[in-house]
Amino acid sequence: MAKVKKSPWVLHYDGASCNGCDIEVLACLTPVYDAERFGIVNTGDPMQADILLLTGGINAQCQEVVKQIYEQMPRPKVVVAVGTCACTGGVFKEAYNILGGADTTVPVDIYVPGCAARPQSIIDGIVKAVALFQQRSDEHDKGIVNGSREGES
Amino acid sequence: MSSVIAIVCFLVLAPFLGGFLDGLDRKISARMQGRIGPPVLQPFYDVHKLIHKQTIVVNKAQTFLMLTYMAVQLFVGVLFFAGSDILMCFFLLSTGATFLVFAGSVTHSPLSTLGTNRELLQMMAYEPAVLLACLGFYLAPPDHTFVVSELIQTPVSAILYLPGFFVAFVFILTIKMRKSPFDLATAHHAHQEVVKGITTELGAKNFAIYTITEWYEKVFLLAVVALFVVNANPLSYIAAVVVALAVWFLEILIDNTCARVKWDVLLKVTWVVTLLAAGVNMLILMLVF
Ligand code: SF4
Repeated sequence: MAKVKKSPWVLHYDGASCNGCDIEVLACLTPVYDAERFGIVNTGDPMQADILLLTGGINAQCQEVVKQIYEQMPRPKVVVAVGTCACTGGVFKEAYNILGGADTTVPVDIYVPGCAARPQSIIDGIVKAVALFQQRSDEHDKGIVNGSREGES
Repeated sequence: MSSVIAIVCFLVLAPFLGGFLDGLDRKISARMQGRIGPPVLQPFYDVHKLIHKQTIVVNKAQTFLMLTYMAVQLFVGVLFFAGSDILMCFFLLSTGATFLVFAGSVTHSPLSTLGTNRELLQMMAYEPAVLLACLGFYLAPPDHTFVVSELIQTPVSAILYLPGFFVAFVFILTIKMRKSPFDLATAHHAHQEVVKGITTELGAKNFAIYTITEWYEKVFLLAVVALFVVNANPLSYIAAVVVALAVWFLEILIDNTCARVKWDVLLKVTWVVTLLAAGVNMLILMLVF
């Protein structure tokens, strides 16, 4: 089995967030939290990413973008919803332009609650996502695709 | 016989050395920024993972172009360590770089195209210094030669005759190693101005090829730095390794202390430094020796 869990590359996409959660995501990379010590790289390129971090709710404008980013990522991949907005729609849930949380558009694996989600819990969520990433990679090597939730969206 | 050993050593050891230097680079950079940083073997974990990802190819020509890029860059190193013509090495190096340019532009992605244009600009910026460095090796007395196996047998280190060429070459090394402030085409870091520039449209496996090729290239470039110091005395090899590592550390320092510049600044600064350092050095060499 390939040990892929030591190298989780994260792609961060900001849906319709208030930017609160995005600041916290970036805070994870600062010297205080230093997510890179786990091998986490904040990449901007979906074609080379493993974990999709979504912040903020989904609106009609960003839905297609999120879908496309998700589809561009090579398997195995994991999706993490960061913040209450990305989990459920949060304080913007009733707004006319918001469709809801990230799971309205792509299959979400890990939910990180909080408004804004604290860096500690974001890193905790990523560590959980990494474990799932390893599991998916093992399944991917065995040729199992539908055992995970790939292809459902 | 010794050249065969050198070639095999290069082909087998260079990726490990390059990857290890890359890992140290990330560790040292992290420490400079007050972070703990990833494990030293992180680049190997990354490549291992990239190879195990699903294959996504945007354009079928891309894989062929990337493999050709890798093959040519490997061949450059082989020629160099076989003690062949240094001018040939650098011509081939530029030829290999054009395959990367093709791979970047074949997908028509706007980000990748922008990165490709910048890569071409970078080539335009560093090429004069590279060619002048070859010329410098030729002009350095006593024996006028481009052949590496003869250059390493000189009685005194080339750097004594070629300090200006050395400065110019180290200066453009920042471009070749994709270090800030000259990492316009693509960067190792997370700043995402043009996403990943020229490598944006490379799928995971092609990106692994790209990374391994970069390791080979890094070892080759540091070997050229070492060539400035090496002479007939075996002890000079130790000095050469020390100088190459010092230059490598200097690049990390520059990377962590400079902000990225615009392309016109890159072009002007590089050409001025090349002309002043290498040009003046060449004039003196031609007039005096
Ligand atoms: S969860 Fe709170 S902090 Fe995060 S995007 Fe929503 S409103 Fe902003």
